[in-house]
Amino acid sequence: MTATASYGRALDLITRVSGVRGAMLVSAEDGIVVAEQLMEGIKGPAVAALAASLATRLLRAMEAAGVGASLFWHLQAEQGALLVVPTPNGILVVAVAEPDVNVGLVRLELLRAAEVVG
Amino acid sequence: MSTRAVEQWTLEPLVKFVKEAGARLVLVMTSAGQVLAQHGFSRALDVMSAAALGAAIMASTEEIARQLQQPPFAALNHQGEKHGIFLAGVKTGRGRLIALVAYDLDASSLGLVQLFFEQLAADLQAASPKDSVPKQVLAADFERELSESLNTLFGR
Repeated sequence: MTATASYGRALDLITRVSGVRGAMLVSAEDGIVVAEQLMEGIKGPAVAALAASLATRLLRAMEAAGVGASLFWHLQAEQGALLVVPTPNGILVVAVAEPDVNVGLVRLELLRAAEVVG
Repeated sequence: MSTRAVEQWTLEPLVKFVKEAGARLVLVMTSAGQVLAQHGFSRALDVMSAAALGAAIMASTEEIARQLQQPPFAALNHQGEKHGIFLAGVKTGRGRLIALVAYDLDASSLGLVQLFFEQLAADLQAASPKDSVPKQVLAADFERELSESLNTLFGR
């Protein structure tokens, strides 16, 4: 399977969960979108750049706290949520979801997608 | 780090961009390499070199695009181990300008620079004087004008 096809499959795992509005693979170092499946209205490049910036700062915070690398983060907002799983090869698997999404299920699919990508 | 402008309408968009994108050095210049604003430079010589090199790179890539019968490349990014350089053109009422951005990979990223550059381009376009005729710089005035610009850019 080509990398592009496997990335598409990884995103499919996430976007098939009810309440997920989009999923992306983002280069953590550059903040650039590698692959995406987003509903209309979500600014992919902006989410990618800002999520990657946040990931860099979170990594430093985790290191400073001596708790190791982050495995999963979930930011809950009024009108939705951002869920992210970093992979060892520098890709962030990102999901943008409705506020009442099943977080446990999305986390599971993000981790599965991370395995496919990483 | 100071941000200074020869043409004041460029200052506010530049200050905002630097803050949001986390850029280390920025030059806003004409395609001839005449600097309109700068952030982060401490020596006039560095500004002159960076402006000349940036304008030359843009001119080269524009010529490559022309030879390929393509419109000019939108932007150019060169990423090193610790720093990145981003060069792009901006259409304004003052004519086509070039932005040269150097960023630390520790503090920023290509994604952030690209994201906030779009805003910078829009802000510069909105703030630029409309229907202004680009002033011709004559060889006789060149050194005096350069010297005045550098004095303004370094607050002398």
